Amino acid sequence: MGEASCGPIVSFRDVTLSFERPILRGVSFDLAPGTTKIVLGGSGSGKTTILRLILGLLRPDSGSVSVEGTDVARSGEEELREVRLKIGMVFQEGALFDSLTVGENVAYRLSEDGKLEPEEIEDRVREMLGFVGLRAFYDRMPSELSGGQRRRVAVARALLARPRIMLYDEPTTGLDPVTSTTITDLIVKVRDLDGVSSIMVTHQLRDAFNIARTFIRREGSAFVPRAIEGLENLEGTEFLMLREGRVQFEGTAHELVTSDLPYIRQFLS
Amino acid sequence: MPSRTRAALADLIDRLTRKVKEAVFSVQEYVLLAVSGLKAMATQPRDTREILSQMDSLGVQSLSIVVLTGMFTGMVLALQSAAALDAFGARPYVGRLVCVSMVRELGPVLTALMVTGRVGSGMAAELGSMVVTQQIDALRVLGSDPVRKLVAPRILAGLVMVPLLTVISDTVGIFGGGLISVFSLKLSWAFYWRSVGNALVLNDLVMGLAKPAAFGFILASVGCYMGLGTTGGTRGVGQATTRSVVVGSVLILASDFFMTKFLLLLFPVA
Repeated sequence: MGEASCGPIVSFRDVTLSFERPILRGVSFDLAPGTTKIVLGGSGSGKTTILRLILGLLRPDSGSVSVEGTDVARSGEEELREVRLKIGMVFQEGALFDSLTVGENVAYRLSEDGKLEPEEIEDRVREMLGFVGLRAFYDRMPSELSGGQRRRVAVARALLARPRIMLYDEPTTGLDPVTSTTITDLIVKVRDLDGVSSIMVTHQLRDAFNIARTFIRREGSAFVPRAIEGLENLEGTEFLMLREGRVQFEGTAHELVTSDLPYIRQFLS
Repeated sequence: MPSRTRAALADLIDRLTRKVKEAVFSVQEYVLLAVSGLKAMATQPRDTREILSQMDSLGVQSLSIVVLTGMFTGMVLALQSAAALDAFGARPYVGRLVCVSMVRELGPVLTALMVTGRVGSGMAAELGSMVVTQQIDALRVLGSDPVRKLVAPRILAGLVMVPLLTVISDTVGIFGGGLISVFSLKLSWAFYWRSVGNALVLNDLVMGLAKPAAFGFILASVGCYMGLGTTGGTRGVGQATTRSVVVGSVLILASDFFMTKFLLLLFPVA
């Protein structure tokens, strides 16, 4: 694993996948440790498929998908389980378990492991719910939460096992601007405070640029999100644009907004 | 043959081939899921909370419909059989007929069909909703095996609770037949129960318990298979629910015939 730690944490090489039509056609990219990759593209361009391939929920027709050096496309269920332990996933609508309380949802992975005492798990869950601003919601059922709250609980659930990689599938779609900003600030907090590598799939440009230009700064004893003006010197966040299953663009926020490619101009307009 | 007819024929053959392939693929998928469910059920770890919850949902909460079904079936059976037996002056055999019919056939089949309608459809709807809201994906991502977590407890609940419900249905049905025999057919209560006792042999009990266990397995595994195979959003959940009831009921009735044939070979009626 030593080699994997200095190389990309996630690597796609010439990945193709078709169902009734081609979904991905020769997609290649790398995610460096501690960085964020924002995957943009229209509906049906294959964005969510990328996340499902990383998790081993789908297998490519050809090419390789590796996570910290493990080729998930050729791994068995046991190996995949090990890989998934390193990954936190936030599904589009949260995908919280309806029959469990918020606390039980967040605690799910640790409770299933059975390695920690219930009291210790509860402490960690309450702390994590505090991190996402929902400490008082421990005993609520998912049906009692708003869309934004469900996604914050999903972030807490994904973070509890301290993953090395976070995957976000359209985390702000369908939310109002204020709630979207709460979610993007949370994503930035996870990136800057915990140094977690992440891939976010979205078609919300405003939120994508918010994540690229916002950083968490320490002000006194508090950590607060601060936005940087301009896109020239942003580091750590890269954009990947898909069009009909092909990588149309890969680069920084500045390179994206200054690109001459007609599709990108149209997408950004 | 004109070229248009040839093209239509080729298209028909192509569609038929595709349908047959899809059907074979579905059977293969169903068998794989059922076998994995049985394997997970037989091995550790088991989710006791989920198993008890499914037993409650499948067994305890189905009790009222099973009791009502059994009671009315036994009562109708007594009335109908008395009408037929009177032609031969054989009314005293009502108890024997009600008992054998309930224990061997009507108890197991009607209980299984009622539970399929109530619980099999519920399983398909619940798992289907979990599929379309990505909860099944979330389970896998969080390190759980959906077959062990969801399918195995439901199959175990079906295997244990449907035979228990059937015993209750049989008992209530025979009791209902007794009520009709006493109050409508003017037979004595003691005579009716003596007739019931004389009719029952060990083979009936074997048949009356083996069938419900198989039916419980079928209704649970079909419900899970249809639910986990849901596609197409909320509309797909509705379709999966309907399919689970139709396929489950047909499989129960078909397997009833083959099991009866097989059990009669193993345990011939004297």
